[in-house]
Amino acid sequence: MTTSTITASPGPVARPRPIRLPWAIRDTIVLTKRSLARIINEPETLMDVTIQPVIFVLLFAYVFGSAIHIPGGGNYHEYLIGGMLGMGLAGTFPGTAVGLVTDMSTGLIDRFKSLPMSRAAVLAGRTVADLLTQMIGVVVVCGVGLAIGWRVHTGPGDVLAALGLALLVGYAFSWAGACLGMVLRSPEAAQQLGFILFLPLTFISNAFVPTQGMPAWLRTVANWNPLSALAASCRHLFGNPNPAAAVHVWPMQHPELAVVLWAAGIIAVFAPLSVRLYRRKAL
Amino acid sequence: MEDTPAIEAEGLAKRFGKTNALAGLDLRVPQGSVYGLLGPNGAGKTTAVRVLATLIRPDAGSARVLGHDVVADAAEVRRHIGLTGQYAALDAYLTGRANLVMIGELCRLSRGEAKIRADELLERFDLTGAAGRAVKTYSGGMRRRLDLAASLIGRPELLFLDEPTTGLDLRSRTVLWDIIRGLAAEGRTLLLTTQYLEEADQLADHIAVVDAGRVIAEGTPDQLKASVGGERIEITLTPGTDIAAAAAAVKAHATGPVRVDSQLLKVDAPVSATAGMTTAVVRTLDEAGIEVDSITVHRPSLNDVFLSLTGRAAEAETDQDFEGAVA
Repeated sequence: MTTSTITASPGPVARPRPIRLPWAIRDTIVLTKRSLARIINEPETLMDVTIQPVIFVLLFAYVFGSAIHIPGGGNYHEYLIGGMLGMGLAGTFPGTAVGLVTDMSTGLIDRFKSLPMSRAAVLAGRTVADLLTQMIGVVVVCGVGLAIGWRVHTGPGDVLAALGLALLVGYAFSWAGACLGMVLRSPEAAQQLGFILFLPLTFISNAFVPTQGMPAWLRTVANWNPLSALAASCRHLFGNPNPAAAVHVWPMQHPELAVVLWAAGIIAVFAPLSVRLYRRKAL
Repeated sequence: MEDTPAIEAEGLAKRFGKTNALAGLDLRVPQGSVYGLLGPNGAGKTTAVRVLATLIRPDAGSARVLGHDVVADAAEVRRHIGLTGQYAALDAYLTGRANLVMIGELCRLSRGEAKIRADELLERFDLTGAAGRAVKTYSGGMRRRLDLAASLIGRPELLFLDEPTTGLDLRSRTVLWDIIRGLAAEGRTLLLTTQYLEEADQLADHIAVVDAGRVIAEGTPDQLKASVGGERIEITLTPGTDIAAAAAAVKAHATGPVRVDSQLLKVDAPVSATAGMTTAVVRTLDEAGIEVDSITVHRPSLNDVFLSLTGRAAEAETDQDFEGAVA
């Protein structure tokens, strides 16, 4: 064998290495797949994004809706879907908490902590898997909406923007759920506290009822609720009745920007906090 | 690496609320040994393992695992250890194989490597037939075996086994003991915690007795037994036999004073735990024409050790199921 080339630097010649994702991303993918495999094995865990939104849509469309007056007029069924998207997606955050608390109580998180893996991946994997299930929720809500007479009066770009904003909020709420999971000890507590937080969060908003009729103090809370901004954004982007446009509060006047800021703020607070709480439990 | 102990801990302390789980625990585990941490429930064994496996931070003291500090260099420690806890730490909704592949990938194996390694371990632990079933359908013993397989997938140099057989039935326990002996034979360092006295005796070559968050005694199982007086032989004579002659015959083999109970016709004495000792005593008695009703050899259990160290029995003694298993 002859040496035909002379390399400038001594030492072994660099071999082409397979391109590798950073470990944290690879670990997140592994754990996301794990959560999805669980859903495939136990599809009933999807009830919070399948059956639950259908029940709420039908309840509001046919039971409460007939008594709800929309300022400025419009079809309540068309009004409803923008609000339902927010409820359907925010409704998954107790599930995030329950999943993490369950993993902790079964010792699986202890095992993860003893592995040379990314600390953040345990939480990121869970929230990414939740984001994928939320996409199912979006399809379900839109499907049942179409069935009850909801229609879009704008273009596909606006629709995609609306659904994107909804998923952004859903993803942000998953981090709040992850944080909840880090501070609670039993899956039952996570389920119950999650539900207790979920109720006022979704109902003190314009998701189902326009805020115009609420007492002044409650109206303020509702108008600043991130789910109100999301509902207003979706209604605006779908071309559906949007009485919030007449509400002279900043988030209702700039709902899309408000949604992005809310989501960014929620992630900026809860993602590092969750990871910090997780690390403190670990090392 | 020969000189670096697998585990070196000094003055580890950890408090949970009002409980002092660890109160100055010192430990030195040589590489390649099977080291048993023995103690009753609540002695601090699990807390010690959790500190050493970098799951929790000690309040005081320091520990190095294979030369790496468990606090400052925790990430490096995790590359070399495997942990099997008291509860099978697995995803119950995934198949056994999927669990192992997942843990393998998180141990930095490629997906292909993880699959090959998972199949090897499933085969080795006799789980190939159940590999495609969700773990929630597994029996307790199968879960423990899978959990052990999961802790081995990254080929750790040091394995923590935290009460690996607690709650298992007799048969599963025997299977697990064989597996643990096999792991030890490969030269891996094992740190085993147990509240079963016989388990430590069966598996460990060094034992630290832990009570109230500290090591109260340390040594080989034989050293610990010797510290409470070694073996005793007890002879019951048939009525009418010359008890003084019997005592004289036993004295030739005794390592200490011979006790004589002429009411119950019993002679007992400490003896050395050497092979053939009982036969030798019997031969001497026979040659002296002494008729014997029964001979029993009492081997001190680790429970005797615990009793003599703490003045109280270890709780595991009441575990009938387990006592039956080793009888």
